[in-house]
Amino acid sequence: MNIYINGTGCISPQETAQIGPLFATLREYDQVRLSTVDPDYKQWIDLKQIRRMSRVVKMGVGAANLSIEEAGITLPDAIITGTAYGCLDDTGVFLNKLVSQQEEMLTPTAFIQSTHNTVGGQIALLMGCNAYNNTFVHRGFSFEHSLLDAMMILEEGTAKHVLAGGLDEITNYSHQILSRFGIYKKTPVKTMALLNSPDAGTIAGEGAAFFTLSTEKGAHAAAELVGLHTIYKPLWEGEVIGEIVKFLEDHDCTLGDIDLLVTGRNGDIDQDEMYEEVAAALFPEHPEACFKHLCGEYPTAMAFGTWMANRMIAEQDVPAAAMFYGQPPAKLKNVLIYNHHQGTHHSMILLRAC
Amino acid sequence: MSEKVWIAGGGVISGIGMNLQENLESFKAMQPGMTAMEYLHSVHRNTFPVAEVKADNEQLADLARMPENTSRTALLSLIAAREAWKSTGLADISQYRVGLVSANTVGGMDKTEDFFNTFLSHPQGGRLHQVVNHECGAVTELVADAMGIRHHISTISTACSSAANALMYGARLIRNKIVDIVIAGGTDSLTRFTLNGFNTLMILDQQPCRPFDETRTGLNLGEGAGYVVLVSDSLLAHIHPWARLSGFANANDAYHQTASSPDGTGNYLAMKGALDMAGLQPHHIDYINLHGTGTQNNDVSEGIAINRLFAPHFPAMSSTKSFTGHTLGASGGIEAVYSALALREGIIYPNARFQQQMKELPFAPATTFSTGNDLHHVMSNSFGFGGNCSSLVFSKE
Repeated sequence: MNIYINGTGCISPQETAQIGPLFATLREYDQVRLSTVDPDYKQWIDLKQIRRMSRVVKMGVGAANLSIEEAGITLPDAIITGTAYGCLDDTGVFLNKLVSQQEEMLTPTAFIQSTHNTVGGQIALLMGCNAYNNTFVHRGFSFEHSLLDAMMILEEGTAKHVLAGGLDEITNYSHQILSRFGIYKKTPVKTMALLNSPDAGTIAGEGAAFFTLSTEKGAHAAAELVGLHTIYKPLWEGEVIGEIVKFLEDHDCTLGDIDLLVTGRNGDIDQDEMYEEVAAALFPEHPEACFKHLCGEYPTAMAFGTWMANRMIAEQDVPAAAMFYGQPPAKLKNVLIYNHHQGTHHSMILLRAC
Repeated sequence: MSEKVWIAGGGVISGIGMNLQENLESFKAMQPGMTAMEYLHSVHRNTFPVAEVKADNEQLADLARMPENTSRTALLSLIAAREAWKSTGLADISQYRVGLVSANTVGGMDKTEDFFNTFLSHPQGGRLHQVVNHECGAVTELVADAMGIRHHISTISTACSSAANALMYGARLIRNKIVDIVIAGGTDSLTRFTLNGFNTLMILDQQPCRPFDETRTGLNLGEGAGYVVLVSDSLLAHIHPWARLSGFANANDAYHQTASSPDGTGNYLAMKGALDMAGLQPHHIDYINLHGTGTQNNDVSEGIAINRLFAPHFPAMSSTKSFTGHTLGASGGIEAVYSALALREGIIYPNARFQQQMKELPFAPATTFSTGNDLHHVMSNSFGFGGNCSSLVFSKE
């Protein structure tokens, strides 16, 4: 059974909500915290609601709508959301008041909007969708499990069009706290210099990407979602390398069939070691593209990477801004995306031009 | 895709007992778990009764064999998940392809809110170990790592329906051959965050809650964890199943972020969908473990949806939240264990404190504990914020 990506939507630190060639106007940054470039949300949400909605809800609703619009549907048969952090902004607002007002005189809005299923619930509410609705909140697998759930639903034949995606937001609190864990660079770094930076730490990012999947090929489908695999806390590099080989075999694909490797390098010299090992062992001559210098690091960044790879297949082109190694391939048939988050959550997705 | 998925065992820790046997004794003795707050530190401690697990973190850490500074949510989870696994008699977990699908609503919030006390006055304040497991998924991984589970680990958060969705996803992982066994359920500890959140919604009862009673005025929060062990049909020879997860459905009410639609659209769709998957008619259901929070809104919406689907033959029904309180992300897991056990032992659980018939409904909940009933099919409902509605059907065979 083939699963087609009939429509996608992405809101990110790049101008991805625009129609036009991929990264035609590159947003270059010189900072350690990237924020989304927001489209005009009024096209999907009325003004009164926009003011009350946190950014993560808005970017989710926006990306979901872009995705179903491209797929040419108005109502999906399932809505599946992946978010590691959930609605951090409203959580922070409620926590702040809870502590500073000693649990007195609190108002419900932030609490109501703090639950992790707020995004999925709001998408359903705005679309008037009574169908299956689920939210995965499993760290660096949140997006992957939403895709897996979507693939299983399509296999089971209980839905025709499934909307699945991943998203996370940064807030001032979350950035302050995550910075204290030493995850980010100590000094700003330029977008196009990040992946070759010689020290530890990465840059923080955020964004939302949604995919409308179906077993029926839509008018705008460029690629099939051939396979998805995750590895939790691999013991060593060899396990990852072995799993990639097995993953490709499971999908009747050889290393030579891969036209482009897309990796989640994030400019942290320690974390990028894994990508070096994988590329050296399996893809020494393959062209490699990257995405986290464009969107930043966050647990659901793989959604951006998958969105980008799908667009590259659609355009049969790898923009210079995304190339990391080698020359852009003449054709893009099979694209393997390999990512890990914090060294503990590894995932791979195989896309094939259709 | 229709492979049978069996319930091979279950474990529960809640305000009415540290394990499933103690929970059962509390039902028999008609002893609900709501008391004044003893372990949660809140300014509302004398206002709202809660169903706390009757142990402090030091005692729970001892039981769980984890460090005392671990999130209470993870401690509860590990205790119940281990009990669930042990009850199956499956011995060495590493011999099987096992997944853990656990639900929770606020992750390690119990520690995060302590962190924020210091952090808000100084951005370098607060100890990082208090927030390192803030994420919902981090709580699940603490448990998976302690139990040696690696094949598939996931966390679901759809408010009050979270754990029911964990069972559904777990069963589908088995049917899609991704794993052979899934420990599925949920966990949540009481936090000031949720207590105050529900207080702002003005749906907390200052008295012990009265689900499906005309005089109900709100819910009591509880805490705990509950897990079933889902096993593929291919391993049936290795287990003594309590029941079979024969049907399930998830629907969205798409009406309001926190309130249920007056006619219970999502509730109806979930129950109907679960029956359809199980290949059953409404009259086949012998007992419904209600969502039954005790709020005005939930009970009337759920009741109207049940009336629409089941009239005129109503099965026995009760809300066990009248004993455990509403344990949020854990509730669907705890109630799944109760439902599977109900089939094994023929149990109908009592609905505590029911006195006055709801005027909108033609049926009333069961009020006494009974065992040895001839039950063939049991339904468990979980409805929540975000319009998320899920129903599960368990069958004896």
